Amino acid sequence: MKYIDEFRDKKICQKLSEEIRRIARNTKREVVLMEVCGTHTTAIFRSGIRSLMPNNIRLLSGPGCPVCVTPNRYLDRAIAYSRLPNVIICTFGDMIKVPGSSSSLEKEKSNGADIRIVYSPLESIKISKENPNKLVIFLGVGFETTAPLVASTILSSKEEGLTNLFILSAHKLIPPAMMALLDSKDIAINGFICPGHVSTIIGIEPYLPIVEKYGIPSVIIGFEPIDILKGILMLIKQIVNGVQPKVEIQYKRAVREEGNPTAQSLMNKIFKKGDTEWRGVGIIPESGLFIREEYSVYDAERNIEVCVEETKEHPDCICGEILRGVKIPSECSMFRKVCTPLNPVGPCMVSSEGTCAAYYRYGKE
Amino acid sequence: MCLAIPMELIQIDGDNGIAELSGVKKEVCLRLLPEVKIGDYLIIHAGFAIQKMDEEEARKTLEIWEEIDNITKKGQNQ
Ligand code: SF4
Repeated sequence: MKYIDEFRDKKICQKLSEEIRRIARNTKREVVLMEVCGTHTTAIFRSGIRSLMPNNIRLLSGPGCPVCVTPNRYLDRAIAYSRLPNVIICTFGDMIKVPGSSSSLEKEKSNGADIRIVYSPLESIKISKENPNKLVIFLGVGFETTAPLVASTILSSKEEGLTNLFILSAHKLIPPAMMALLDSKDIAINGFICPGHVSTIIGIEPYLPIVEKYGIPSVIIGFEPIDILKGILMLIKQIVNGVQPKVEIQYKRAVREEGNPTAQSLMNKIFKKGDTEWRGVGIIPESGLFIREEYSVYDAERNIEVCVEETKEHPDCICGEILRGVKIPSECSMFRKVCTPLNPVGPCMVSSEGTCAAYYRYGKE
Repeated sequence: MCLAIPMELIQIDGDNGIAELSGVKKEVCLRLLPEVKIGDYLIIHAGFAIQKMDEEEARKTLEIWEEIDNITKKGQNQ
């Protein structure tokens, strides 16, 4: 068992999609399922799952790409930091091309800023040690999957006595955003495809209000074609059979009900929850992770002052509405014409997991 | 960005380990997953092991397909 190819078997996928069609026939109504995770958006497109769905099941992409939901204000600050003479910026590759108000990290890099793409936040520890006279700032962008890694990096940095490593934290929590979408009543969602890897950390508990308070069936799903089809089947069974909505785990080989308690406690030790801004959605209560007072020496914002330009948004980019599931990329006047992966106008086209990028690469619409 | 892949743990050295997938080896931090052993398949995200794969659950997920086959057949026979 290698846990990959086994879950891509074509025959099994066919069987599952037949079963989905059979059950979907039992309802006349349109069923809208939202995948909140960008990794799901890409996986669903890549495996052609949209084309396997019966007409009355609609898959909608939500706000689950960390790069896409990071507001311009954060990017502008990172860009301003990169212009300081004694700063090294460490970032995941996805952030580099995202346009801020007037520049991007990529542009700054070509202008000579010291910006390094890292695969793991741990690499920023090595870079800090090698550059004791520089201030190293790691761009902490990501959801619950990534936040514990950054928490662990802060702890290691403390243990090693590093004084030149800082985090610019824009970590966000997924379940509060799902509830904010339901509260906004902009779109009718009948079921949630919950993010598999976020859930390896948080388990089922944070999703309970979604079924209990809002009554929306939620299934935690893996990323291989069989996982996604099976998860959709579990969702439409809940919806069509009209059972009491519940949180189910399809991705059982990786997700335990309790999640990963070690990662959770480390995350809570370093970060505290607070209100934070999501691109397109606005401020969502208790959806951000901020570095606690005890660890404030690692907080870039509290330690390194910089003048940040006034935030500007591109007037015609509708990323915000796309992230809320209210519009799809083809409704944007710039999609495919002005805005392409090579020349992206908004973050949803830049990030490999962005909805516009996925439609561009795989979609016919 | 929450992309993570299953890799086999082939070496442990305190909080660190080496994991392998199709011959590619990667250094991984085991700090978030204290109880692991060599031979375990771990989900690796940005240099960290974040969860352990449960082989029995993986098998069960795959076994369900036969069950579905039967249900579908029954449905067709009706
Ligand atoms: S196509 Fe480009 S401009 Fe339009 S919403 Fe997507 S990212 Fe923004």
